[in-house]
Amino acid sequence: MQALVVAAHGSHLNPDASDPAYAHADAVRERGAFDEVREAFWKEEPHFREVLRTLESDEVFVVPLFISEGYFTERVIPRELRLEGWEPDLWDSDGTSATHATLEAEDVGKTVHYCGPVGTHDAMTDVIVRRAESVTGDPEVGEGFGLAVVGHGTERNENSAKAIEYHADRVRDRERFDEVRALFMDEEPEVDDVTDYFESRDVVLVPLFVADGYHTREDIPEDVGLTDDYRRGWDVPADVDGHRVWYAGAVGTEGLLADVLLERAIDAGADVDVDIDAAVDPDSTAEGAGTPPESEPESGKERTLEAGGGET
Amino acid sequence: MTASEPRFEATLDPDALESLLARIDPDGVDFDGLRLEPAGGGEYDLVTPETTRRAVSPADLADAEPPVPAYLTNWRYWQDVGGEGTARRAFLRWCERAPRPEPETETETTPRDDREPLPVPERYAALEDGIDREWGQLRITPRLADDPETASGERVYDLTHRVDAGRDPADLEIQDEPRDARRIATEDGDGRYRPLKTAPTLVSGWAFVGLSGAELVETVDTFYPATIANWHRELRGDLDVDHWRETADRQTGMYADVADLPRETVEWMAEACCVDSQCLKRREWEYAPDDELEVEGGDGPFPCREPCSLVVAAARTWTDLEQEPERTYELELTPSEVRQLEALIDAVAEGRTDEIREADVADGANRYRARYLRAKRFDEDGLDVREVSTAETDGESGE
Repeated sequence: MQALVVAAHGSHLNPDASDPAYAHADAVRERGAFDEVREAFWKEEPHFREVLRTLESDEVFVVPLFISEGYFTERVIPRELRLEGWEPDLWDSDGTSATHATLEAEDVGKTVHYCGPVGTHDAMTDVIVRRAESVTGDPEVGEGFGLAVVGHGTERNENSAKAIEYHADRVRDRERFDEVRALFMDEEPEVDDVTDYFESRDVVLVPLFVADGYHTREDIPEDVGLTDDYRRGWDVPADVDGHRVWYAGAVGTEGLLADVLLERAIDAGADVDVDIDAAVDPDSTAEGAGTPPESEPESGKERTLEAGGGET
Repeated sequence: MTASEPRFEATLDPDALESLLARIDPDGVDFDGLRLEPAGGGEYDLVTPETTRRAVSPADLADAEPPVPAYLTNWRYWQDVGGEGTARRAFLRWCERAPRPEPETETETTPRDDREPLPVPERYAALEDGIDREWGQLRITPRLADDPETASGERVYDLTHRVDAGRDPADLEIQDEPRDARRIATEDGDGRYRPLKTAPTLVSGWAFVGLSGAELVETVDTFYPATIANWHRELRGDLDVDHWRETADRQTGMYADVADLPRETVEWMAEACCVDSQCLKRREWEYAPDDELEVEGGDGPFPCREPCSLVVAAARTWTDLEQEPERTYELELTPSEVRQLEALIDAVAEGRTDEIREADVADGANRYRARYLRAKRFDEDGLDVREVSTAETDGESGE
């Protein structure tokens, strides 16, 4: 038997924080790819500490639902899972290239394939593009559009910015959008000045965050100028300094992310027999691969604008 | 089948029995009081506490008088459940009060079941109406399946809130699948988020009906994650408890400082957070392996094997707060106002502020009483107090 564990942050304060983990785990469940699928959390239950003992499988693939390599993926999760002999060097990563390491969990004697985070997987580039398709309602979106991949920046660690730049570079290399930039909340180039960095009238803003919360629902919309007050919502697209800004919301809520979880596990040797839409090879997805996005653009005004937990 | 006919008389069909027998090991079957030993020629010696019969053919076995069919269908059901040695199997057996294997290492702390195990005939009789068990605020009711097609010992499981035990199922909201438990468990009755799944604040009014064994385990594990696994470890004598010191010392980053929390503070913290009124887990962790906390760990059926993330997060706040030195303050209060402060703190600590009636001004925690006290004793900076001493430890010069 083999199991998949989706390892996410969760929140003590905000019940929405774990929604993406549950949604993507459910999507994997429905495809029957693993004998067992579990969510595990730092701030909710089951905790990282106790998730492995709830599984009957001897072989477990753990995929962190995190954007970048750093404190949580390198220290917290392996420690709490009790991965014997773990050290970050086992990933042999330059900051965005971790694939997996195979270790044993001390308390349960199971084989754990500890994978790199979803955020740095190549297939994440497809999820970003899919997000742009979803928010514009145009499966061919690209020509005449700029795309900004938005990240937190260096507050926690340098790999956070690396992941943003990595995917921005990969989207740019596909030559689908007229302009592609990596923008940040707390370092240059700043997302506040988004319109300074684009000539295109239409700009899609895709925040590389796992869950919608304080940053994606309050900070960014106000900083960018989508709205004066996040509680009143914003238009999609919103007029900002003569540009039309299509704000996509956290990339982690995109359904296609479930495929990235599967890709991570497959890369680590999981025996999985399902079709996957998000592909590693950019050529195979440049033109409308996979299922079409919903035709209706999302509206910021229709969302529930609750305050985020502010913990992630 | 009529109502007067016990359901456990349902027999196995001879083909099903034969294919089961084909899979038994050469020593025969020894399960829950049923012994079947190959007697040669495709026949079997049958022994139960009630019956001994030599050299029985599979066809005769299938036609045997009660309670033999109960033993046979019981054996078949648990063959299907499988998972020998797993928490899932042990839990499902606990649910119907089946005998459990002797713990590998029984200690004085190995929990006893408060209900005696039931031999197969009694268990089948009880399973007709359903056997009720409680797991935290959950009530689990295994029963024999209603469907005559699957009635040959097949169990199904109903799951409700324990307060809904006597209610007409028609009044309960019937759930479709195990993951519906996630939504039910997310908020308490006042719509507030429940970050602690084992808080005694689970809402009632719902029911899961006719779950399979695997679905029951999944649903219970959604309401109370990892409780089955840890209960099973405790039964087997290998619950790995991490005491406060071990958990605190392991923390890094923003939680590294919790290791500085004074011992007496850990005592107060356990009393504040880890008692039955706040969490249904039974606290098994202490301050350190050889240093027990005085506060009781509680009576829950499933153990708490280490301080949870909520306790660690709260400990961080107390670590900061407890670094402040104590000081002496002077303020004017009437004796009744002192009692009122106690009443206010008690009301918040017991979560009963919502229960205090609007006009019950005799209760010190009544809103008007609190507003009056604020009007009388607060100035623009809050409570009107004067500091009369500064603790010696406050500042560099203190020795």
